[in-house]
Amino acid sequence: MLGGYIPVLIFIVIATLVPVLALGLGRLLRPFRPHQNKLSPYECGVEPTGDARERFSIRFYVIAILFVIFDVETIFLFPWAVIYGRLALFGFIEMMIFLGILIVGYFYAWKKGALEWA
Amino acid sequence: MMETLLIYAVIPLIKIAVVVLAVLLAVAYLTWLERKLLGRIQVRLGPMRVGWHGLLQPIAVGLKFVIKEDIIPARADRLVFSLAPMVSFIPALVVFSVIPFGPPDMLSGLLRWVLPLFLDPASVNRVIESGVTTGGYVANVNIAILLVFSVSSVGILGIILGGWASNSKYPLLGALRSSAQMVSYEVSLGFTILSVLLVAQTLSLVDIVQKQQAAGVWYVFVQPVAFVLFFICGLAETNRLPFDLPEAESELVGGYHTEYSGFRFAIYFLAEYAGMITISSIAVTLFWGGWLRPFPNVAWLGFLDLVPSVVWFMAKVFVFLYIFIWVRGTLPRFRFDQLMQYGWKIFLPLAIANLVVTAAVMLKFS
Repeated sequence: MLGGYIPVLIFIVIATLVPVLALGLGRLLRPFRPHQNKLSPYECGVEPTGDARERFSIRFYVIAILFVIFDVETIFLFPWAVIYGRLALFGFIEMMIFLGILIVGYFYAWKKGALEWA
Repeated sequence: MMETLLIYAVIPLIKIAVVVLAVLLAVAYLTWLERKLLGRIQVRLGPMRVGWHGLLQPIAVGLKFVIKEDIIPARADRLVFSLAPMVSFIPALVVFSVIPFGPPDMLSGLLRWVLPLFLDPASVNRVIESGVTTGGYVANVNIAILLVFSVSSVGILGIILGGWASNSKYPLLGALRSSAQMVSYEVSLGFTILSVLLVAQTLSLVDIVQKQQAAGVWYVFVQPVAFVLFFICGLAETNRLPFDLPEAESELVGGYHTEYSGFRFAIYFLAEYAGMITISSIAVTLFWGGWLRPFPNVAWLGFLDLVPSVVWFMAKVFVFLYIFIWVRGTLPRFRFDQLMQYGWKIFLPLAIANLVVTAAVMLKFS
């Protein structure tokens, strides 16, 4: 059964070779003339101020956590969806309970303002 | 020995080479199509100089990318900076290994014609009947849609890494926005795919198309809400207008790839456009019958089968790409807070509701 994945593996190798070869080939062709101004980060043409590794909005972390919760949920739903025809009513009720718990959490996050962006 | 080699190495390799070249060429000409169409929408001509109506423009652009200097900013993280574009590009290409361009017997005619030149008739039959050589796809794995879903989300890592490694403010902001947007819409995208899976009861893309053939109806007519949501989330996943906040030129210069130049920039660019083709192909496979002709079970339309199945597939994908570009030429961009609100407060509840309704309806009629 795993034999079906051999072409996918070959595909990954070839997909890796494409950019590597193009970059390697380009190395022979392209110029290399570094200059202080070329190597400085772009900030609309003025002298860059400070470092870019600064603090950023906490919202992005909240979104990341919410994403993990919901994405794990979808992963649980994938096998359920495939055998739903055989699970019938049992599967429906089970998944409604599971979804219900998550939806309660979702509304909690909503009321707490985790989905606001201001 | 010869047969095993043919079945498991030579024919897959040829198929992979064809798919990779076709995708790269399609991406190159997608940029041409986009420039042409945007030009027409803005009452311009678009590229006209290189070749007839600018047809050689993508090749000229590609060559130029190869011979441009590859600048790595002094304060950047050199290793991550140089690898990040590939982290984005490789998954974007790998998903095409499981996308079905044609039915499982698409190549049997061709193989019956070519193989007797090398083999005796008995082994020709064995090669064709092995079940893995004749399909219009590189691999038919039984979890294809899951593979597409998981592999394509690896691409987000390339964007985050690239933006962070640049050590510059615009790329960092672009990467943060990009990743927040992509993960937000990926959740809704997952739920819309799930409601199709409920109907199809399989994870294999080939089976999903064959189920549509058996049912005699494209799933877009069974799951219209899921399709609309899928398309909108697809626009957001590929960072296209009206959701192109990550590269909003007027505020972020170029987004996560601001510091990239030369061929590394081109790799990001290719990944992004390959992503558009992926989303279109998945939309076609899940909702628009993949390689099937319109009304697959209506006998008197049989003359439509004169058009090869792979052409139907490509024509449908083309329609989607056209709409992608059309939308870009027509709609203004959202604000970032609006974008996140739509994703979490409208599309996600709608997608979950659609899933629950689908499950309930199926329960009633089973």
